[in-house]
Amino acid sequence: MTSVVLAAYLVAGILFILSLAGLSAQASARRGTVLGMLGMGLALAATVALALERSARPWPVTAGLILLVLVVGAAVGTWRARRVEMTQMPELIALLHSFVGLSAVLVGYGSYLGEPAAGGGDAVHRVEVFLGVLIGAVTFTGSVVAFGKLSGRLSSAPLTLPARHLLNLAALVGCGALLAWFLGAGTTAAGLAPLLLMTVVALALGWHLVAAIGGGDMPVVVSMLNSYSGWAAAAAGFTLGNDLLIVTGALVGASGAILSYLMCRAMNRSFWSVVLGGFGSAGGAAPAGGTDQGEVRETSPDAVAALLTAARSVVVVPGYGMAVAKAQHPVADLVGRLRERGVTVRFGVHPVAGRLPGHMNVLLAEARVPYDIVLGMEEVNPDLPGTDVVLVIGANDTVNPAAQDDPSSPIAGMPVIEAWKARDVVVFKRSLATGYAGVGNPLFFRENTAMLFGDAKEQVDKIVQAL
Amino acid sequence: MRLGAPRNPGDEHRLVAVTPDAAGRLTGLGYDVVVEPGAGDGARLAAHEYVAAGARVAERAEVWSADVVVTLDPPGPAELDLLRPGAVLVARLAPAAEPGLLADLAARGVTALALDAVPRISRAQSLDVLSALSNVAGYRAVVEAAEEFGGMFTGQVTAAGTTPPARVFVIGAGVAGLAAIGTAASLGADVHAFDVRPEAADQIESLGARVVRADAATQQVSTDGYAGALTADQEAAALRAYAEQSAAADVVVTTALVRGTAPTTITRAMVDAMRPGSVVVDLAAPGGGNCELTVPGERVVTDRGVVVLGYTDLPARLPQHSSRLVGTVVGNLLELLTPGRDGRVVLDLEDPVVRGMTVAGEGRVLWPPPPVQVSAAPPQPADQAGPPAVPPAASPALRRRRRAVLGALGAVVAGALVALSPPELVGHYTVFALAVVVGFYVISNVTHALHTPLMAQTNAISGIIMVGALLQIGDPSPVVTTIAVVAAALASVNVFGGFLVTRRMLGMFRREDPASGGAS
Repeated sequence: MTSVVLAAYLVAGILFILSLAGLSAQASARRGTVLGMLGMGLALAATVALALERSARPWPVTAGLILLVLVVGAAVGTWRARRVEMTQMPELIALLHSFVGLSAVLVGYGSYLGEPAAGGGDAVHRVEVFLGVLIGAVTFTGSVVAFGKLSGRLSSAPLTLPARHLLNLAALVGCGALLAWFLGAGTTAAGLAPLLLMTVVALALGWHLVAAIGGGDMPVVVSMLNSYSGWAAAAAGFTLGNDLLIVTGALVGASGAILSYLMCRAMNRSFWSVVLGGFGSAGGAAPAGGTDQGEVRETSPDAVAALLTAARSVVVVPGYGMAVAKAQHPVADLVGRLRERGVTVRFGVHPVAGRLPGHMNVLLAEARVPYDIVLGMEEVNPDLPGTDVVLVIGANDTVNPAAQDDPSSPIAGMPVIEAWKARDVVVFKRSLATGYAGVGNPLFFRENTAMLFGDAKEQVDKIVQAL
Repeated sequence: MRLGAPRNPGDEHRLVAVTPDAAGRLTGLGYDVVVEPGAGDGARLAAHEYVAAGARVAERAEVWSADVVVTLDPPGPAELDLLRPGAVLVARLAPAAEPGLLADLAARGVTALALDAVPRISRAQSLDVLSALSNVAGYRAVVEAAEEFGGMFTGQVTAAGTTPPARVFVIGAGVAGLAAIGTAASLGADVHAFDVRPEAADQIESLGARVVRADAATQQVSTDGYAGALTADQEAAALRAYAEQSAAADVVVTTALVRGTAPTTITRAMVDAMRPGSVVVDLAAPGGGNCELTVPGERVVTDRGVVVLGYTDLPARLPQHSSRLVGTVVGNLLELLTPGRDGRVVLDLEDPVVRGMTVAGEGRVLWPPPPVQVSAAPPQPADQAGPPAVPPAASPALRRRRRAVLGALGAVVAGALVALSPPELVGHYTVFALAVVVGFYVISNVTHALHTPLMAQTNAISGIIMVGALLQIGDPSPVVTTIAVVAAALASVNVFGGFLVTRRMLGMFRREDPASGGAS
């Protein structure tokens, strides 16, 4: 029986690897999901068989409980997945991460309490339990805070406590001390106190780590939490001596880490400065260009429509504001109409636009924009000097020329979409407020920039009508 | 206040500073606009159009004695006498070249605003008549060259043979130069262009021309948007580039003006080296000319058959559009000068734009104005903008050494950990380490657009933690079973939710070609 299960685990592990590999390209992505589902189904079926065989109770009881779990999971999971708006995807993913984290904490506790030997088994097992619970707890509260910030339930401004790095360090040192206490405890009951204390400390640590990170860095945070949730699963694998968990956890952990790293590089920030948080406070509160930035030219939907009619090439730069206004459908409509008239239209998507890596691509896909006209920053930047009109829809920091011009700006050096190089720029925005990074944007005051204030969706609708 | 728009003193009256459109705007600002008969004739603007816009047509003396007089060219002696003390005169006054005129105006108590002394700052671009007319001049220069040149600009392959495209060399990529580049390129010519300012290269390329590189001649990025004078070395390098390019060119358009004076770019020897029938258009002719053979205002044909055009009236050769552009600028300027929209000029000398343009007033010459501290230089590409002001990063060598030390330390710690672990753990470590490496490689080349589905997918897969929880459900302890049930339920939400949401997202991605995919 066990060797059959192990064989199933091996196949499942390989299927997971193929699944992730499949997701790295459009053409094979759908096959990738199916492979992942197959792997998961196989792993779960094997596990259920093993669980029933090992069950200390009569097997129908265990089977009933497992069925209950699956029904609950399937019902809630399906309901959430069907109902979620594409614009809320970042929140959903953050929330799901928190489930993995909490689950890892519970598995750690279960493993500790279920161990027949006194004090939760030997030292190695106890270290594994301890680490598993630690990582799981940090993932859990971190994801909850990320969820809160993304869904607007919590303020997205970074929480900057004095000496926050010291606080984090103290929490880690405290956990180390608790580990020593935990290892020294003679009985399972005696070890419970340090384990619980550590859980509280780790929960606080996770909360504080993510609370200190500003909303603009949320894509990286979500990806980082994704990585954590993988490490938590891997740690649980060590605790239980289960290779499938180790393989899968390590896969997810490594892929999340590399995604975070790629994104940090896209923002020209060091990984550590994002992870340790406090963005926007380090560079001082000096808004680029001071107060006298010049005058803003306001335009109207009719004027923009006229501009677009006369244009030969148009680039649309979407940002989080488009997601907020749910303007992706009118934008796609506008783009479709322009393309019918023979205007070359492309989308320029910044790697960190939105609140989730690839967020804009998902929204545009939802609005049925063909993905081959959706270009990345490096692809679109060389074309911008020859572009007639750039429509900046709800993007701010990702088109900020201060990143190149102003070495004192907090976003200095971040690669940006060079919208200002086009002949005309139209910025759709609700107000002149700063973006998530809290940095003023000199683009709005450029001579070739016109501002179209108001709700992006309504304004785009008006332009479509005017066309 | 009365605002007079006389016939333009220069340019054979072809241009006019106030068009009917502008007159309408000025009337809206509260001015009583009076136009001299025939002012718009050169630009084909009839008197009745002015009247329809709210202006009136009045005698020459009445127009020149208005409170505000707007012309394009400076008034001659006869007109100066018609000006009233205390009047405001708006015109191109060439303050650097004509100090005598400024002193005369100051002595007459006239407040003079020079249309050609607008500071080069972004805010003032809509007041910059020089840029507006340079643009027209650049266009017309190419049209003149096309007329003189004995061939087509565009290359053609026909049954009757093949003609190569004309090769055009443009010196100076300022407003006029860029307009010339764009015009020549759109006629199909093979355009090459040179500018001493490195930031001009992008602009040249954006208009479809090739940048002539002469690194030794390239200056630093300018702070005010104008080119500065060259050092001897730079000049020598630039001249070499000019000689090489002009010899290969059919048409040379030279536009180099350094603060109102024209340096020599095309020497007599260079002209002699050009093919007969080639054309040189010297846009710097008003400042004396870039070409040694240029005679301002004249067409010169050399012994070897090269045509050198030194026309100084290129904008006036396109009077309709030139006048329209000037009229818009005049409207913008008076809007700035009339904050109350009550027909009353208010000169705010604290405003750097107004201060820069005001060259005479209160009986004094106010030229030159204090320098404006605003950079008109376009942004540096990120890789060039050396990060001296950015937090000092460790040097690459230092970083490499640090990384090597960290890597070695990590290997030692990992090795010690493995060595100290019980044997059954070593197998787990192996699996773990290999899986991490596989994870890195599998993800490294994922396309950006798929980040979100990928994340949802890895999220679903990390629901594998459910395996651990399921195995604990059968535990004899009810506490452990309860904990395990909760954990497994949470993880299974992840598994189902994650996979379904990934599927949903991927279903939405589609290609342009509807046959090859779609959400069906």
